[in-house]
Amino acid sequence: MYSASDLRKGLKIQIDGQPYIITQFEFSKPGKGQSLYRCKMRNMITGNQFSQTYRSNEKFEKPALEERKMQYLYNQGDEYHFMDTDSYEQTFITKEQLGENVNFLQDNMDLDVLFFDEKPIDVTLPIFVNLVVTVAEPWAKGDTSGNDTKPVTVETGYVLQVPPFVVEGDKIQIDTRTGDYVTRVKE
Amino acid sequence: MLDQKGLHLRAAFFQAIRFFFQEQGFLEVDTPIRQPLVIPEQNILPIPSGTHFLQASPELYMKRLLAAGCEQIFQICHCFRSGERGRLHLEEFVMLEWYRLDADYMDLMEDCEKLFAYLRSAMTGCTFPVQLDLPWQRLTVEDAFQQYCSVSARKALEQDQFDQLLVENVEPNLGQGKPTFLYDYPLELASLARPKPGQSNAAERFELYVSGVELANGFSELTDPVLQRSRFEEEYAKMGSDNRKMPEQFLEDLGSIDQAAGIAMGLDRLFMLLLGKDNLEDIVTFSVDDLDE
Repeated sequence: MYSASDLRKGLKIQIDGQPYIITQFEFSKPGKGQSLYRCKMRNMITGNQFSQTYRSNEKFEKPALEERKMQYLYNQGDEYHFMDTDSYEQTFITKEQLGENVNFLQDNMDLDVLFFDEKPIDVTLPIFVNLVVTVAEPWAKGDTSGNDTKPVTVETGYVLQVPPFVVEGDKIQIDTRTGDYVTRVKE
Repeated sequence: MLDQKGLHLRAAFFQAIRFFFQEQGFLEVDTPIRQPLVIPEQNILPIPSGTHFLQASPELYMKRLLAAGCEQIFQICHCFRSGERGRLHLEEFVMLEWYRLDADYMDLMEDCEKLFAYLRSAMTGCTFPVQLDLPWQRLTVEDAFQQYCSVSARKALEQDQFDQLLVENVEPNLGQGKPTFLYDYPLELASLARPKPGQSNAAERFELYVSGVELANGFSELTDPVLQRSRFEEEYAKMGSDNRKMPEQFLEDLGSIDQAAGIAMGLDRLFMLLLGKDNLEDIVTFSVDDLDE
């Protein structure tokens, strides 16, 4: 159990059977008054946000969260399938739950899958992934528009801005936290 | 850790405060930091130090000095309160307290006005985030609740919503443009303050706000030892505490004070505002993270 004094930004707590992460936190205490713990939280399954002020005497359950090392196998429609690399057990996560992460999933990629009550709810990707450029317009010579980037599409269908020298077939490194281009990868 | 410029500004800040009070005829005093007994206050958790406690405030001993004949005294000291940690709270912080014989809370408000005017002129390299020309805003607690919460302060207290409404709805509006004195608190929120004559459920207590930040808490002192004892008993009852030791010497000394007023100001918060920062960790010599080994 957590008590109110444990609350802080980044802490995960369980409310009404759901896991929440505290995204904003402020301790307040008016002169001679009681301690107030003001939290903004995000539901780790639905993504819904809400704010709540707690008092010193409140207690919170720790959510039953567990990270497992898994491998991404393939997707079938909106279902993305993963395999536990120790037990070979398979499970799937929906596209909606994965959100932006679907842009960076490669077949056979190793990653951490977060489970709540034995159900997968999220994945933690490697910080950098290398993806092949599948569509890139050639850089128009003499382009005077002043743009120093152009859009390309990578193998997952994700579109991002890259420097003009990147061409179709290149492998590029992308930062999964920001979704930005990092560098071109030579093999 | 505070940089060289910050250290110099912090030193100049303390010096300016000392100079101001000396010029006003106040005597600088120091009192024990380790105290055998703390004033019973429901919402202040003291930090034990062996058989004693680290002071949450020098209030008790400052008032005993008044009883001993001091007329105007001030102190700058470190105070300690367990579990208070946030943008505007540190478990160890620097407090300025000053006390006057034969004065009331209105006199202390004037002291605040003069002190800030002096600091503005003395502290080059710092700026107050608000205008300081008089008059500053004066708002009763009751009016503030009516204005910002559409509920009476009394009703908020009964529903145990007073503190939350104060923090979330009232405070952000205070001290904007000019400092605000929020005054005349419900009696049960001022266990060491004098009841307001002719208004039996209000106490002569005020808080000073600048830019939504509470800076100081002052009041006309309760000097009736019998009444003070019963207030302490009420406070102990609220705390559900088994140990109900009374500060007997303090209560006895109180009987020799006719009228007095005292105030506590959080100097870290004031210094933070003068530096245009919004987190105490940025303006103390060593932040909590600096201490972690």
